[in-house]
Amino acid sequence: MSVVIRNARVLDPASGRDEVTSVVIGEGRIRSVGTPEAPAPDAHIIDASGLWLFPGLIDLAAWLREPGLDHKATLASETRAAAASGITTLCHQPEPEVSIDNSAQVNLIHDIADSLGKANVRVVGNMTRRLRGRQLTNMGSLRRAGCVGVTNGWQPFADLYYMRKAMEYAATHELTVFVYPLEHALAAEGFVHEGEVASRLGLPAIPAAAETVAVAQTLALLELTGARVHFCRLSAAGSVRLIRQARQDGLLVTADVAAHQLFLTEKDLVDFNPLCHVMPPLRSEADRQALLEGLQDRTIDAICSDHQPHEIDAKMAPLQQTEPGISALETLLPLSMRLVQDGVLDALGLLDKLTWQPAHIIRSEAGRIAVEAPADLVLYDPDVLWELSCQGMLSKGKNTPFARWPFQGQVRQTFLSGLCVHPDADRDRE
Amino acid sequence: MHSHFRPGPLPLSMQLTPEGRLKHLLTTEGLPASLIHEIMDRAEQFVTLPAKQQKKAPLLRGKTVMNLFFENSTRTRVTFETAAQRLGADVANLDIRTSSASKGESLLDTVRNLEAMNADIFVVRHEHAGTAQFIARYSAPHVSVLNAGDGRHAHPTQALLDMFTIRQRKGEFAPLRVAIVGDVMHSRVARSQIHALSTLGTGEIRVIAPRTLIPTGLERMGVRVFHELNTGLKDVDVVIMLRLQRERMEGALLPSESEFFKLYGLKPENLERTRPDAIVMHPGPINRGVEIDTEVADGPRSVILTQVTNGIAVRMAVMAMVMGANAGGGA
Repeated sequence: MSVVIRNARVLDPASGRDEVTSVVIGEGRIRSVGTPEAPAPDAHIIDASGLWLFPGLIDLAAWLREPGLDHKATLASETRAAAASGITTLCHQPEPEVSIDNSAQVNLIHDIADSLGKANVRVVGNMTRRLRGRQLTNMGSLRRAGCVGVTNGWQPFADLYYMRKAMEYAATHELTVFVYPLEHALAAEGFVHEGEVASRLGLPAIPAAAETVAVAQTLALLELTGARVHFCRLSAAGSVRLIRQARQDGLLVTADVAAHQLFLTEKDLVDFNPLCHVMPPLRSEADRQALLEGLQDRTIDAICSDHQPHEIDAKMAPLQQTEPGISALETLLPLSMRLVQDGVLDALGLLDKLTWQPAHIIRSEAGRIAVEAPADLVLYDPDVLWELSCQGMLSKGKNTPFARWPFQGQVRQTFLSGLCVHPDADRDRE
Repeated sequence: MHSHFRPGPLPLSMQLTPEGRLKHLLTTEGLPASLIHEIMDRAEQFVTLPAKQQKKAPLLRGKTVMNLFFENSTRTRVTFETAAQRLGADVANLDIRTSSASKGESLLDTVRNLEAMNADIFVVRHEHAGTAQFIARYSAPHVSVLNAGDGRHAHPTQALLDMFTIRQRKGEFAPLRVAIVGDVMHSRVARSQIHALSTLGTGEIRVIAPRTLIPTGLERMGVRVFHELNTGLKDVDVVIMLRLQRERMEGALLPSESEFFKLYGLKPENLERTRPDAIVMHPGPINRGVEIDTEVADGPRSVILTQVTNGIAVRMAVMAMVMGANAGGGA
């Protein structure tokens, strides 16, 4: 059976389309865009007047915790939250307790996600065994099992020699290297931005240079190894500057930023709020402005959630003892849309960073509204005013600093391969 | 819904009751000048009262003070203990390092258990900044929390006893130049002193140390930074020396104790740069020959032992105030 979505404002960053028209989907794919011929007699017709239709979001970084940290979250809980938030593809990040060393783990995650059917889960594999920074993983097998890239996460390489070799081996298998830039020697015991607030509160701090130094080193290794590099979670003005220069010099690099980094700064930690304990740390207002400029001039390609759901106890301690991270699937689109409302980006420019650019980075065929593309789509009501509440969150992690923030615009319906995955007729009716 | 999944209240609002009285003492940042003066006024009464008479003013009779020390400190603990005892309170000392923490009990569980034993005041020392705030936020409404040092963040009673000592010797703060010398980076005492001095309207606050011991952006706290001792000491009325921990040499923050003493240690000749009536302070324990010369530490300008005496009076004042006891008239 086909579905005809009529009268929606269709926003497709890949083609630059922004017009009120119709989209027909069938057999999991987009069948036509533009005024259709007479619809099939059994077609399900949706009148989307006043709504926006855009590709489902592709989130480059979600720490989905399963398998290994299932007490924090599960693929079931988090893909359901993703569907409700207009996210149709999630990139699963490895961490020491959720190690993705070989193809069996990749297959397991794919199998669970497929049987749940709420969102595509793509896997970023380990670059080194157990992320210990020395011995390589079976990257060839990881690639064949469908990994969209490899990373060592926030764990350090033993030294630059090991990083170089891991990058060369990843390049052999055409795996994109997801680099979390941090010079651990400079970060030491720090966990907040080295600046005015850390000095005032006496908190161990990480200088912005710990990130920019790592970006500079990685750029040099990129030239040496020919690896394709994606920089994850930029936070510092200096990093944006270096990557902008590298782009101008013709290097093939991409970069992302977490949505919360665009709205919070070190000042949000003045009351020791553990919900604002994130990695990389919230930095200065000047850094935040540089990140916004980086988005505007396309130095930063993508905005991701950097979703890190936690159990209550992980945040229930003095700041320094808490685990970093925000449960962020449900605020990715609402926060990002604020950039449009604030005039930082236009709607197409913003959606580009949530759909087409991340699709390009993980070489996905989704992320666009074109004939034969997967029918991963979001119907969005741009006018609804609402407030985020922790109780209403679907993610197992309720750790968000954005509770009670007002937002404009809400996901009305999410399609994954042409099937409606939100609202769920059985479970989401509230 | 869990209350902690909301940004917590600011320290300023948390340490005061809605009527503006002292509820907890967590930091000197944002503590109103009127309250600082009230604490000092009450301390003054305790100081002038002979010790025997103090014991007859049991303002905290029936109250239980629990010293929660997650980090070792004999001196600070003893002064809190003495202050509580002089006010007639029951005192329990808990060295948490050797008890529950090592059994894997969470901090919150420890606090809940002690609350259930009818604690009225928690005196908290912890290696991590913000711990006193954390305990204050989640403890029962009748409990008051006194911060006895949290990481590098704050040590408010130490700063208040220093303010009290300065007021005793110098009177007004507005005309004063105060220099803080040494390891500001790792010092909760210095941070609390800077906030208190600045709230009290001190004419000029200076900080003197090499760049490795000065935190980023310290100027934003309203201080002038000097890297040369004699330049920074010129015409000051108060010199506050900070304790230098020996492990600072290992982190490449300083080359050696001897070079530090040569360049930043307070020696008799450095005192020639200050105002002739300048006083010398130190929160203790002092490292003779590292940050301060013996001749200076034991000399006529030194008020280091007065600070210790005042420490008990200030802690008595704070305890009396948070328990809402009418210390003024009764004492």
